[in-house]
Amino acid sequence: MTTSTSSTGDVPAIEFKDVVKRFGDNVVLDKLNFSVAQGDRVTLIGPSGSGKTTILRLLMTLEEANGGLILIDGDPYTHEYKGQKWVEIPEKRRRVVRNRVGMVFQQFNLFPNMTVIENIIEAPIHVLGKSKAEAVARGEELLEQVGMSEKRDFKTNQLSGGQQQRVAIARALAMDPEILLLDEVTSALDPEIVADVLGVLREIAETTDITMLLVTHEMQFAREVSNRVLMFDQGQIVEEADPETMFTNPTHARTKEFLKAVLG
Amino acid sequence: MSDDLQLLIDSLPDLGNGVLVTLQMTLGGALLAMVVALVLGFGARTPSLWVRAPSRVVIEFFRGTSLVVQIFWLFYVLPQFGFKMEALAVAIVALGLNYGAYAAEVVRGSIESVPTGQWEAATALNLGWLHKVRRVVFPQAWALMIPQLANLLIQLLKGSALAFYITLHDVYWWTDELQRDTRDTFFSFGCGLIVYFVIAYILTWGMNWLEERAKRRLGRGTRPRLRDVFGLKPGVPSEIARMKGGTA
Repeated sequence: MTTSTSSTGDVPAIEFKDVVKRFGDNVVLDKLNFSVAQGDRVTLIGPSGSGKTTILRLLMTLEEANGGLILIDGDPYTHEYKGQKWVEIPEKRRRVVRNRVGMVFQQFNLFPNMTVIENIIEAPIHVLGKSKAEAVARGEELLEQVGMSEKRDFKTNQLSGGQQQRVAIARALAMDPEILLLDEVTSALDPEIVADVLGVLREIAETTDITMLLVTHEMQFAREVSNRVLMFDQGQIVEEADPETMFTNPTHARTKEFLKAVLG
Repeated sequence: MSDDLQLLIDSLPDLGNGVLVTLQMTLGGALLAMVVALVLGFGARTPSLWVRAPSRVVIEFFRGTSLVVQIFWLFYVLPQFGFKMEALAVAIVALGLNYGAYAAEVVRGSIESVPTGQWEAATALNLGWLHKVRRVVFPQAWALMIPQLANLLIQLLKGSALAFYITLHDVYWWTDELQRDTRDTFFSFGCGLIVYFVIAYILTWGMNWLEERAKRRLGRGTRPRLRDVFGLKPGVPSEIARMKGGTA
């Protein structure tokens, strides 16, 4: 494991330096710079196509940047400069850093060939090298926390959407991530289920010091959980504020327009 | 007719041997075909051109040339270059490569039918490539590919009759012998049809059982019921559509 300097507290958990991402001719992120401090809860808002989800996907290495650097605890993650040359960091080194990052998806993406508990213990055993007993004990604890204990041995497609998402949250937490990425985790859920899942996340926010980066359309949730909101438009941060200020007193015209459309 | 029956009974030991040889070719060929299919199927979908291009070339070559010619090549031409294999080995290699090339396309298609979200979730859990494939993607793709592999297995069984041309005493050889002994084409080739059909039927049962088991592991359907296994019912279209549709 690479030693990080995170213990000093000065090094940001996440740092983007001039990050460029293009899809064909479409420039989604154009030299984006921003950082997230250790333990911060940051919500990314903005119209669709503004690059919010792309940021999370870059952090999970589900997309490849076309330029710039992404640092986790100050450690180069996906690319680095060798002299003047911008080079890809090999998978072996990426895996070391990736261990610190977890993600929950809009579509849950549980593994249908495994039971609930098997979904949760798979990576802790095979990636973190935990013993099965240890992984199961931790898994059961997390299932308890997300209120899914009684579904322990169910196959995942026997669960409702909200239940699947709670299992997915437990699965991500089982890896003890320092950083948790939440990509529109309630967007695929029925309205009456949303509150359950948000309740689980609120509790995690209150009881842990995990750094969270969330993309959400639930403005009330963003307000309760996050301490910082970044408004994106066309791959750039157009406004940044604490949630109270952002939602009650936005300054930028694009933010006002966007919030008006979202909040009504 | 009673002479026919007597000759048939006399030939039963040969039939036993023939079935054994046919089964050896079929199962050996299928096993090799599966290995070939996995290597070529994954090879054909890697981003690296150095792996993808040779995989495609091999697939197209073995799909695009005749099985008989391939068998003759392995049996008559290769020895001229110093590679000599037993007839049974030739048959297994030829069947394995030929049907493996077809099955590679089945493997590739099924792997691609597994939603990308599954790969992404596995990446988010930091699983290595081989682990992702072995524990997450393949078990899901497997359920999708079995019906098509079942088809190929039956075709492979029937293709194995060509081994008669390279001196193997398989089921077809037995049929041919019976025809010579009885001089009754209707009777002898009728017997041949029945024996191949029975073997094919048993293989289909086996594949149905595998399919039911694979589906059950994905939480679809219950324990394989005898009705599902012996019913020879093709996969219900809506079920297949649902499996391709997503994980929810």
